Amino acid sequence: MINVLEQRRAQIHRKGESTAPLVCDRKSVAGSVTQRACAFCGSRVVLYPIADALHVVHGPIGCAAYNWDIRGALSSGPQLHRNSFSTDLQELEVIYGGEKKLKQSLGELIDHYRPKAAFVYSTCIVGVIGDDVEAVCRQVSREKGIDVIPVASEGFRGTKKTGYQAACEAAYKLVGTGDTSSIGPCGINILGDFNIAGESWLIRRYFEEAGIEVVATITGDGRVDDLRRCHGAKLNLVQCSGSMTHLAKLLERDHAIPMRRVSFFGIEDTAAALYEAAKFFDDPGVLERTQVLVNREVGRVYPELKRYRAILEGKKAALYVGGAFKAFSLVKALKLLGMKTVLAGTQTGSPEDYALLREICDDGTVIVDDSNPVELAKFILELDPDLFIGGVKERPIAYKLGVGFCDHNHERKIPLAGFEGMLHFAREVHASVMSPVWQFVPRRAARAVGQPTRTPPTPVNHPAHAPGDGGRPASIDGALHVNSED
Amino acid sequence: MNPPTTATLSIPIAWQFQPGVPDAQPALGVAGEGRIASEAPIHEPRAATRNACKVCAPLGACVVFSGIENCVPFLHGSQGCATYIRRYLISHFREPVDIASSSFSEEDTVFGGARNLRLGLANVAGQYTPQAIGVATTCLAETIGEDVPRILAEHGAANSGGPELVPVSTPAYAGTHVDGFHRTVRRVVEHFATPTPPHAGINLLPGFVSPEDLRHLKELVAAFGLPCTLLPDYSDTLDGASWPEYQRVQPGGTPTRAIRRMSGARATLELGHTLLGSGADTAGRWLHQTHQVPRMPLALPIGLRETDAFMAALGELAESGCPDDIQRERGRLVDAMVDGHKYVFGKRAALFGDPDLVIGLCSFLDEIGVRPVLCASGTRQAAFEPAIREVLDHSEADDLQILTGADHARISEVAREVRPDLIFSSSKGYPLARELEVPLIRVGFPVHDRIGGQRLLHVGYRGAQRFFDLIVNTILERRQDRSETGYSYL
Repeated sequence: MINVLEQRRAQIHRKGESTAPLVCDRKSVAGSVTQRACAFCGSRVVLYPIADALHVVHGPIGCAAYNWDIRGALSSGPQLHRNSFSTDLQELEVIYGGEKKLKQSLGELIDHYRPKAAFVYSTCIVGVIGDDVEAVCRQVSREKGIDVIPVASEGFRGTKKTGYQAACEAAYKLVGTGDTSSIGPCGINILGDFNIAGESWLIRRYFEEAGIEVVATITGDGRVDDLRRCHGAKLNLVQCSGSMTHLAKLLERDHAIPMRRVSFFGIEDTAAALYEAAKFFDDPGVLERTQVLVNREVGRVYPELKRYRAILEGKKAALYVGGAFKAFSLVKALKLLGMKTVLAGTQTGSPEDYALLREICDDGTVIVDDSNPVELAKFILELDPDLFIGGVKERPIAYKLGVGFCDHNHERKIPLAGFEGMLHFAREVHASVMSPVWQFVPRRAARAVGQPTRTPPTPVNHPAHAPGDGGRPASIDGALHVNSED
Repeated sequence: MNPPTTATLSIPIAWQFQPGVPDAQPALGVAGEGRIASEAPIHEPRAATRNACKVCAPLGACVVFSGIENCVPFLHGSQGCATYIRRYLISHFREPVDIASSSFSEEDTVFGGARNLRLGLANVAGQYTPQAIGVATTCLAETIGEDVPRILAEHGAANSGGPELVPVSTPAYAGTHVDGFHRTVRRVVEHFATPTPPHAGINLLPGFVSPEDLRHLKELVAAFGLPCTLLPDYSDTLDGASWPEYQRVQPGGTPTRAIRRMSGARATLELGHTLLGSGADTAGRWLHQTHQVPRMPLALPIGLRETDAFMAALGELAESGCPDDIQRERGRLVDAMVDGHKYVFGKRAALFGDPDLVIGLCSFLDEIGVRPVLCASGTRQAAFEPAIREVLDHSEADDLQILTGADHARISEVAREVRPDLIFSSSKGYPLARELEVPLIRVGFPVHDRIGGQRLLHVGYRGAQRFFDLIVNTILERRQDRSETGYSYL
């Protein structure tokens, strides 16, 4: 029997058992082994994909080292962002201050790499030793003639959310400094897509086909100059709302650009996002092209999705992700695959997020804020899902207990956005749930004891996991002969 | 997946963004163009660390605490430290790694984190019911001057019967994960070891090696019939079996009762060339000074000669010769070295990673005629260079470069000059191997672009055998792939 920490009880609900709002937006309990990270991590998530900027982490080595090239955020041009630059403060610098080393580091790195701008991330210790990072940035900026922007990302300031806000503030310093004269009448920005595995490219292609100009993807495949002129767009589509709403609000306040919360994950949400933008521009041509695109793309992926659905129908999924918007999309996407969400949790959801999550989930679904490994294991044992969706830190919990797992975090290398993305997602879910390996995992093997016949797994002709012809059971209908033509 | 404006995407590696050449097409430019350096760089930046060849000391502490039975690692600082280190360790070991945190807030940073530390300890005790909690400090806690030993002593006194609380000071601004590892081993021994009557067991302090290495070391010691306390022992905790039921803390690890008795052991075998010198403040030295346990410092048993030395030490302690099975394993290794010597002789190798691993591999490469041309470590150690020169009997290259305290940018710079044929490093060497178009043989930590990093065997005759086969086959594969004829018989 696993007990939940007393202080955490109010952050866990089972739909149908309580109508009180879920407690959230609070600091993690010490010793709870939260899956959350710190403010620094949040700032890095947001600004990391800006590929022609220099990103310098000011502090001892750990923070920069753990961040080196860990994300799947792609750039079509410069790759400077994939480096890890740190002032690597040593004991004496901690005692006497790190400003001198920061200044020298910035000067040398800027001379060497000639970036378009530089971001300087403060880590915990910088906030304590009292380095005047802003002054150093101003001075270097004057000397080198580029924007050198401090990011107030000291880890102890809070969770990722705090860091997102600091990053938005930093990025906003660039906004409004570029020429917008070449931007057409139907320009949008896409905020909160980080071009993981090329997702921004995919989404951009949809809009371009519809006749909508994407001024900037912020920050996926990001460039300093795109940020400078993004205020020339007419509409902001905000995907990862947790990270980017703040920037969108600043753009709304100062440049009167309205914002819409959208998601490009799943067929329904992708289509809704495209229509949202098309309707905004009130241009029949755009709307018509969007319709054609959506129909074509849905038609392209739907038959294969249906075959997966036939196999996955009734399977149970648990999800624990960073932000709530991703959770909403996942619940819907899983539904499309015939799967039931039995656990929906996020690291940093808001009260409104959890209210909506409760609305779209079935009765009995457990909803949790800021969970930890012990609780997640408890939920797995109690709810017995066939699939767990999360990030790297959740993976071993699922695997050890014999549950399939899909990575839906920044480290993945497969695009899950858009219509094609949904297909990739379905394939991955299928490969994760239907793999024959689970029958050998002790927790499941124990359950199988006493069953009259051996239930063979269902290998299908899967692009990445083709099992060969052997062992293909005949007991399952046509759904078996899924053939992905990619 | 292609960007919308290009037909094919070749993803350039991290450092192909060359200095001095502005991005030709800032927005969605054509990949791969505009980044060929047309002029030599002005000068290489030296103040900043670029792509560190090290991580921070608390990570080393967490690995050690993970190797103690029923012990939960705990970091006193911001929660990001614990989360990052968990993520990093999970990428390599692919095992649950629960590291608790006192989750510092702005307020705690100003007024001190003692309250949060106590609450955190109580919660970990409640959730995990551990025998011990290993509390390592982060740079934040150190900088604001938290007196962790005092807080732990008070908390322990007020909660008798609770878990053993072991503090270790591991600020990231002093040393690397390697230093954090050794320091924590020492602190753990100091904490637990109590005066014990002499017994027949030996202590084995292996350093930061893989779980597979730990298993093999135990097997070798057992073959000599020697009872042994291996510290730390994360061979199960960081490479465990699939669970029949939920485990709060992964089973395995060095039992604390065994650590208590280390003070009565016949000898301490302390592995690692860099710990041989008199400077290192190691657990083995402490056991010798405080409890008069004889210390037998040895290099990591990588390759034939260092494994011979390890076997000799075990033989001396067991007062017996090398068991037949192991003798035969050694014999097969020598036989294989003869079979494959032509393919590897004279090849140039670059090696970088943790100092003792690099030294050990150097020693082995020297045995087979591969010439190390670049040996580097991110951990700064004066003993590193002399140790490398010492182990190179046959193959010291005229242009051998040895770097200590180096980052990957510096290592890459030198590698471009010395043009190795092979690279030995963790996954962090992949961008360089890709750039130089030479094979990467993955060793040490972290290996996050392949599975099985936790099962890499580096030590013993068996480890050398595995390496030798891998090196030869890597060279053969390359030769075969590049041959126009496509020989199928080599």
